[in-house]
Amino acid sequence: MRPVGIIGIGKTPFGAFPERDIRSLAVDSGKKALADAGIEAGQVEAFYLGNFAGPSFVGQSHLAPYIAGPMGITGVPCTRVEAACASSGSAFFHAYSAVAAGLYDVALVTGVEKMTSQQTPRVAEILAMAGECSTEGRAGATFPALFGLIARRHMHQYGTKKEHLAAVAVKNHANGAMNPDAHMKKVITLEQAMAGKPIADPLNVYDCSLVSDGAASVVIAPLDGVRKRAVRVLGIAQTSDHVALDRKEDITVFNAVKSAAAKAYKMAGVGPDEIQLAEVHDCFTIAEIIAIEDLGFVLKGQGGPYTAEGCTGLKGSRPVNTSGGLKSKGHPVGATGVAQLCDVALQIRGEAGARQVAKHEIGLAQNLGGSGASAVVTILAAA
Amino acid sequence: MTGTVYTETLIHSAPEAFVSEAPYQLIIVTLDNGTRVTGRVSGEPVSIDDAVFLAEERNGVPFFRKRQ
Repeated sequence: MRPVGIIGIGKTPFGAFPERDIRSLAVDSGKKALADAGIEAGQVEAFYLGNFAGPSFVGQSHLAPYIAGPMGITGVPCTRVEAACASSGSAFFHAYSAVAAGLYDVALVTGVEKMTSQQTPRVAEILAMAGECSTEGRAGATFPALFGLIARRHMHQYGTKKEHLAAVAVKNHANGAMNPDAHMKKVITLEQAMAGKPIADPLNVYDCSLVSDGAASVVIAPLDGVRKRAVRVLGIAQTSDHVALDRKEDITVFNAVKSAAAKAYKMAGVGPDEIQLAEVHDCFTIAEIIAIEDLGFVLKGQGGPYTAEGCTGLKGSRPVNTSGGLKSKGHPVGATGVAQLCDVALQIRGEAGARQVAKHEIGLAQNLGGSGASAVVTILAAA
Repeated sequence: MTGTVYTETLIHSAPEAFVSEAPYQLIIVTLDNGTRVTGRVSGEPVSIDDAVFLAEERNGVPFFRKRQ
């Protein structure tokens, strides 16, 4: 396998954009990434699209060539990858594999989701299809409910408190308020975060990520020594677990995150202590707490207190979700994995503006699908 | 069929087909034989470690009730 890097990044703002369709969002981000890389559309040898539920949200299938064509990309393999909320992390993993193996020299990876054209109960129904429909879905589970089940058990086993969950929301809102592309640029207090409208106990509205529209793209290519601002992929892995929560022995652990992290650390030749910043999948506040535990940043069960002490804040010892995370930046499901990579790359390039952290040579992105059945962990470093 | 509550949540914001039932409690039960099932609750709300029994099945969904 040859060394591969992200040589261009491009994102649309995340938010509710009634006037924008799925294709225009995706095309915008792709063109930005190509311009950032200094690459022409005709040089792209493969296009990978991460998208969870375009057919359900907007009534269009065959999305990869549908989006690639107007970007000026035809005559090459165009493939849509679906892995629930890890769709574009997975698309990136597959694009990386092909480029590292020497199959292509330039690949474009785009993640996109257009969610806000549907009403909330229908959005909940579409998202619930990423769970086990025959049991969880049939019983009336929503995604907040699955993570409510996880949060309750984590509280029971480790003494995690509502205040710990709220501390994740407060931190990510503070970061997102400084991100010009974030969906919700609003600072909140611990009291506000504790008193949100209940969604699925113990989770309230401030524990939940946002329903957003948006797209993100990256260009990847071999690192041949002439790329300006390239960010190297040091390690990457995708792994899986059961879809149904009731098939797991301990729902307070994301086994797929643990196994993907172990493989990515081994490939990168680094351990969790060497990771200076991370974008983790905070689809719900409890998911960030579990992610930092399963990535090895903190001992199992200590993710809540670690967050409440400020360790994961912008000025903490290990900043997590400097972009505002899914919580505040927004969570257009299929765009999230690639958006995380863009945000880590931005920090490594030293271009994160007010959110720039002091140590930014090596960072990690962790993308989760469903209630933990898919996970992608990517470690990036200055080239 | 009996077991204990492994975890629970009270759903306030329901998917389209369940809006009229909200709020309702969703649980995972560890049955006495060790297997886990996802279900709902009939009667009074339950907490983790409560003993429950299978009270009924509706549309293939098991509904559990607290054992007194």
